[in-house]
Amino acid sequence: MTTDVTPHDGTPLIEVSGLRKTYRTGTGEVVAVEDLSFSLPVGGALGLVGESGSGKTTTARMLLGLERPDAGRIMVRGTPLAETVRGRAARLARAKAVQMVFQDPYLSLDGRLSIGATLDGVLRLHGVRDPAARSARIGELLAQVGLGPREAATRPRGLSGGQRQRAAIARALAVEPALLVLDEAVSALDVSVQAQVLNLLADIRRDTGIGLIFVSHDLAVVRYLCDEALVLHRGRTVEHRPVGDLLTAPADPYTRLLLASIPRPGWDPEHIARQRRELPAPAAAGGVVPSE
Amino acid sequence: MALLDIDALSVTLPGMARPILDRIELTVAAGETVALVGESGSGKSVTARAALGLFPAGADLAGRVRVEDIDLVGADAARLREVRTGIAAMIFQDPRAGISPVRRIGDFLTEALRLVGGWSRARADARAAELLAAVGLPDPERHLRQFPHEMSGGMLQRVMIAAALCGEPRLLLCDEPTTALDVATQAEILALLGRLRRERDLGLLLITHDIELAAASCDRIYVMYAGRIVETATADELFARPRHPYTAGLLGSSPPQEGPLTRLAPIPGAPMSLLESATGCAFAPRCRFAEPGRCDQAPPVLEPHGAGRVACHRADELEPPVLAHLAPDSEDR
Repeated sequence: MTTDVTPHDGTPLIEVSGLRKTYRTGTGEVVAVEDLSFSLPVGGALGLVGESGSGKTTTARMLLGLERPDAGRIMVRGTPLAETVRGRAARLARAKAVQMVFQDPYLSLDGRLSIGATLDGVLRLHGVRDPAARSARIGELLAQVGLGPREAATRPRGLSGGQRQRAAIARALAVEPALLVLDEAVSALDVSVQAQVLNLLADIRRDTGIGLIFVSHDLAVVRYLCDEALVLHRGRTVEHRPVGDLLTAPADPYTRLLLASIPRPGWDPEHIARQRRELPAPAAAGGVVPSE
Repeated sequence: MALLDIDALSVTLPGMARPILDRIELTVAAGETVALVGESGSGKSVTARAALGLFPAGADLAGRVRVEDIDLVGADAARLREVRTGIAAMIFQDPRAGISPVRRIGDFLTEALRLVGGWSRARADARAAELLAAVGLPDPERHLRQFPHEMSGGMLQRVMIAAALCGEPRLLLCDEPTTALDVATQAEILALLGRLRRERDLGLLLITHDIELAAASCDRIYVMYAGRIVETATADELFARPRHPYTAGLLGSSPPQEGPLTRLAPIPGAPMSLLESATGCAFAPRCRFAEPGRCDQAPPVLEPHGAGRVACHRADELEPPVLAHLAPDSEDR
C-alpha cells in the first residue's frame, strides 16, 4: 500500500500532551482521563491497557474527536487536531488523520450496504472521482485485509465475525489515515479468528507507516502488536514503558495486579482478589464505574 | 454418582444442515469444576441449557440428560421445576440482561421467595442480605436498596450468583460468567465460585471460549467443535499435551505472555455454522493434518488416547510432539 504518512522531519506522528476529560454525573464530577501524555513515531504502536472505567475508551474517543478534551492538546504530524470541525473539508481532513475500528463490526458497518459499496462510498467522499480508480482501490483494500470479490458483494450480515472485522479495517484504511485507533477490536472474535486478525494488524504495521493505538485489556495481545504500553488506572497513567519491560518487571502495583490476573495454570484467583483489595488508591478519586 | 450425566445427547432441528448437538457426553460430579470450551456455534450453551431441561423448541432429542436421578428428556413440568428451582441453577454472561433496570436489587432477589415461597417481606429481605454477604458484597443492606445502574458489572454478576444460590443448588451452570468483565474482576468472580464450590460442595460447569481460563480454573475440560465433543482430559493434561488438532490450534492462537514472539499460527477459516454440514470430521476443512480419504469418512468417536479421550481419525499418529510443531512459523492459510 502507498499510504503517505512520512512526516517532514522526525516530527512524531501523534503527540498528546496534558489531556484531561471530566464528566458531570448526578453526584458530582468524575475524572475520566487526567494529564495523559504520549507520542508515537511513524509506524509506532502503543497499547492502552486498563480495566473498565480506566479511561481507555474516553482517550480513544478524544483522539477521534468524538469527545472534546477539557485540557491538553493532540497534534497529528505537527498540526493541532481541530477541536471543532466545521465544514466538509475540515471533516475530511480530520477523517484522514485518525480512523477507528470498534469492537463490534456489526454495529460499525452499514447493514444495508455491501462491503464493496461501503468502501466505494468512503472513496467517493474522499474525492476519488474515477469509478475505475475506485474499483481498483477497492480490490487493493480487500486484498490487503484478506477478503475477495465474493465478500465485496456481500452485506455484513452474510459475513462471519472475522470477515466483518476485516471489512471494518479495510474501511478505516480506505482514507489512508495517519493513525488507526483499535478499541478492543479483536475482543469479540472467536479465539481462532482473533489470531488471524492479529496477524493482519501486524502486517499492516509492517507494510504501512500507519500508527496504531491498540486499546485492550489483554496484555499478551498488546505485547504481540505494540512496542510500548501505557497502563491507565482510574484515568491516570500508572506506567508507560516498552511492553517487554512492562511484562517482565512491572513497577506499579496495579500493573502487577493486571499481569497476575491473566489466567494460566497454577493461577490463584483468591490471591489476586486479595491483592486487589490491598491495592493503594490512586492519588485522586477517579474512574467512571463504582469501584469494587 | 455424577451430579450431571449427559449421555449420547443429540439435538436436531429441522432445517439445519447438521445436528446442533451430536452424541454429547459430559459428566460433572459434586465438588468438581468442569469446563466446556468451544467457539461460537459449537453448541456449548445448548449443552448447558440441556442440563436444565431447556431444549430448542421443536427439536428432536435422543440420548439422556440426568441431573441427580432425574432424567430431563421427556420429564414432566413438575420434575423440571424441581430441577430448575432447586438442584441446578445457571448464571449468564451479561448480568444486566437478566435483571430489570427499574427495580431494586432487593426486589429482584426476594421476588421468587415471596411469590412462590410465600415468605414475608422481612424474612425474604433477611435471606437476600444473607445471600449478598455470601457472594462477598460488603454492605448487603445498602445493596438491597440499590438499582442495577448503581453497580459495576462485577458487582452485578455477584448479585446474579446470589440469585442462583437462592434455591440452594448442587449444580451451578456458568455460561461465560466473566466474558464481559475485565481480568482482575474475572479473577475475583472465579475466586468466589471456587469458594462457593468448596463451602457447598457444588458441581460447577464453566462454559467458556477461553481455553486458558478453563485450564487455569478447572479440574477437567471438554472441548467442543460443531456440536461434538472432540477432546476431553484433565485440565493439566489438555493444556500440556493437547491431542486434537483443534485443541492444539486453540492453544496456539493466543500470543504468549513471555518468551520469544513468533508469528501466530491461527486455525484457518471460521467455525462451522449451523447451515454447513460435513460428512466426515467437521474440523477437517480447517485442519492442517486432515488426510483425504480418511478424515472425510464418518466422524470419529471419542476414544481413549493417553490420559484423555479424543475424537480424531489420526489420533494414533498425532502424538503430542507432532502437534507441538503446529505453533511457530507455520504459514497462514
